[in-house]
Amino acid sequence: MSDNRIIDAVLERHGRDGTRLVQILREIQEQLNWLSPATLTHIAEGIGWPRAQVSGTAAFYSFFHTRPRGRYCVLWSDNITDRMLGNTDLMDAMCKKLWLEPGRVSEDGLVSVNTTSCTGMCDQGPALLVNYRAVTGMTLQRVDEMAELIRTETPVADWPAEWFAVQDNVRRAEILLAGNFAPGSALRAAHERAEVDGLSASNNRSFRESLPHGIAGPMAMLDEIQRSKLRGRGGAGFSTRFKWEACRNAPLRADQERIVVCNADEGEPGTFKDRVLLTSYADLVFEGMTVAAYAVGATRGFLYLRGEYRYLLEPLEAVLARRRAAGLLGKSILDIPGARFDIEIHLGAGAYVCGEESALIESLEGKPGRPRVRPPFPVTNGYLDQPTIVNNVETFASAALVALHGGDWFAAIGTKQSTGTKILSVSGDVARPGIYEYAYGVTVRQVLADCGATDTLAVQISGPSGMCLAEDEFDRKIAFEDVPTAGAFMVFNTRRDMFEVARNFSHFFAHESCGFCTPCRVGTTLVRNIMDKIANKHGSPYDINELFKLHRLMQGASHCGLGNTACNPVFDTLNKFRPAYEHRLLSLDYEPAFDLDAALSEARQMTGRDDAGAHFAAHSPDEAKA
Amino acid sequence: MNETNTFLLDGEEIPFTPGQSIIQAATEHGIYIPHLCWHPEFKAHGSCKICTVKVNGRFGSSCTMAAQAGMNVENRTSELDDKRRTLLQMYFVEGNHFCPSCEKSGNCSLQATAYELKMVSPHFDMFYPDRAVDASHPDILLDFNRCIMCSLCVTASREVDGKNVFSMGGRGLLGRRIHISSESGKLADTDFALTDRAASICPVGVILPKRKGFAVPIGERKYDKLPINLQVSEETP
Repeated sequence: MSDNRIIDAVLERHGRDGTRLVQILREIQEQLNWLSPATLTHIAEGIGWPRAQVSGTAAFYSFFHTRPRGRYCVLWSDNITDRMLGNTDLMDAMCKKLWLEPGRVSEDGLVSVNTTSCTGMCDQGPALLVNYRAVTGMTLQRVDEMAELIRTETPVADWPAEWFAVQDNVRRAEILLAGNFAPGSALRAAHERAEVDGLSASNNRSFRESLPHGIAGPMAMLDEIQRSKLRGRGGAGFSTRFKWEACRNAPLRADQERIVVCNADEGEPGTFKDRVLLTSYADLVFEGMTVAAYAVGATRGFLYLRGEYRYLLEPLEAVLARRRAAGLLGKSILDIPGARFDIEIHLGAGAYVCGEESALIESLEGKPGRPRVRPPFPVTNGYLDQPTIVNNVETFASAALVALHGGDWFAAIGTKQSTGTKILSVSGDVARPGIYEYAYGVTVRQVLADCGATDTLAVQISGPSGMCLAEDEFDRKIAFEDVPTAGAFMVFNTRRDMFEVARNFSHFFAHESCGFCTPCRVGTTLVRNIMDKIANKHGSPYDINELFKLHRLMQGASHCGLGNTACNPVFDTLNKFRPAYEHRLLSLDYEPAFDLDAALSEARQMTGRDDAGAHFAAHSPDEAKA
Repeated sequence: MNETNTFLLDGEEIPFTPGQSIIQAATEHGIYIPHLCWHPEFKAHGSCKICTVKVNGRFGSSCTMAAQAGMNVENRTSELDDKRRTLLQMYFVEGNHFCPSCEKSGNCSLQATAYELKMVSPHFDMFYPDRAVDASHPDILLDFNRCIMCSLCVTASREVDGKNVFSMGGRGLLGRRIHISSESGKLADTDFALTDRAASICPVGVILPKRKGFAVPIGERKYDKLPINLQVSEETP
């Protein structure tokens, strides 16, 4: 089939609808390997969008290639937990085997090897993506074998299946991970809670517009959510009931509908609980979305799945098909005429910022994932300007259990302000990495004991944008009122260097900043450069002050949470692990960033020299020894 | 005017019409809030963050925040001007801004704002990015070395000219840039014209007419005559 026929087939399947551009680009790239200028022109004409908007969107997402990429594209997950498991050496070994420089496509167009942000396999790393398929548990032996399969151009589909195996590693279960959920049971419970009602009535906007009887079911469901005191599991802890009620009460214009979006863009490094929920508990998540639709009167749903979890697309589609066949999704849910709600899966394409709800909505609309100016909020002006709720995967799973067992049951678990349970993604220096579910209120120390952590120096909670806790804080509790978290729990023992942890995170934020606002676009790179300067032993106390100054600026002036929190890991480690920085500093007030010796590196590369004569005299006492 | 529709801006009572942003109300009353990406003709973009003010003790962009009765807004405090100066320094190091040789010198919002905020050095280490110049168009030169990503050309081309010649695409410091609506990526392959509103909207020196450099002598350029804070009612170019 010619390229244009492939492109047209994809465009037709999406009704030539530009709001589906991210999906169109992904599907076309999966077949054509990259998005050439001619391909982008053809797509732009097909959807009737300005070409610059199509190329601008394609250029936004890390997983879209607007230049030829290798027929084999290997991306090593580069979270700090992958580093601790030795990914740097393994990637170097792979590059040597394939005669490659990282980030460059080989001359014959066969292969490229590079790094990517955390792929969500921290409990079974070092991990990578090959042609956007997840591989876990890399070893030197696997590197050798993989390089051989690439050299012989063996299709990825024929590679050993065990390389692509992803374990759930559920180590501790409470209510969510108990695994005894019967599909449909929560919906039936919600429906039976009111005496006169149908899902059909859920389209009535509010009690102001409808007979009280007709909306008794949805209102009763909202009451249960209120009683449960459920709060958002994505980290911010916003009241689920307020969000749902605001969406339910938002006015609808003609041809509009309410939208339910499940945020499965689990991009925070160190987090992988949503992957497990969607692998083995998908019915609970989809049922929670349907319960939400019932409560707010929504008829359309999206699951926004991060591109790194592409391998989950087909299994999840199968779950949706099964639920449609069982009358739990579609046009007459639970056999109630007119009760309709369906869910569609959209895949992300390698952009952490799309985890921010308004950026996620932009991406659903086929645009770069740039956070919107708020207000207005998505509950009134969300997907295509329609009332939209965006909740985390775990929030929907919890909501399903609230529907099934009632709000009082749920509120009895956890603490007064943090009801229910929290699933933690535990990785790093522990004996048993994996998924741990606890009632809210558990201490950090308890979690460390359960996962077999010894000699713990620090725990990074809720990922780089969260908090770094030192030993004297391990009695603090996982709860919104003490240590809130989206789920990441990365453990570092006393042999780890917290400066290197923070430096890894600074590189992550510089890579993931969307670039919209000045403080984040430039600030994240300035922070990264200063951290590299300190790592190269050219830092001084002046640079430490610069880091504090940038932290203060970015925290107040950035457009969204990414920029506001990007300096958190640097700030926390500076305050709690200052010696990790100080032993690297030159004992001067100021050191220029310009490094005479480094400036010669290009000349060294061109001449192939690396002997003493190709270097300036050693700079610091340490280097002198070396 | 409803008497309750006022707010305090650096202690001065400012009336406003409901629906106006803080910067709109301030501009209407001749008060300067430093800004780069905001333009009175267009909907706020909210990206430069130079117009950051403190509203009841919290930071916010005065171009996107609606004025509300009774709010207490801080504008030209040393705390805020310090932050603005740092943001300007960020602009100066992320692009390649060589004012002495730039045709826009003296008429440039970035340069004038930097003077106003007493920026005396770029402070940070220069990034010296590698940005291409597009000289393909017969009448217009695009020098992206000076782009501050305000998106005003994108908006003007879309909303006034109805052409969609530009789009802001890509991600992050290295990726984010203006995309041009042609397969070659060249301006010559679009229907862009010197008479477009987008051709005269650039607050810095990216979009320049060819064969017309340094037409106004030093001393008579826009910001030679009056500093930017005293030209509030004037339309930016």
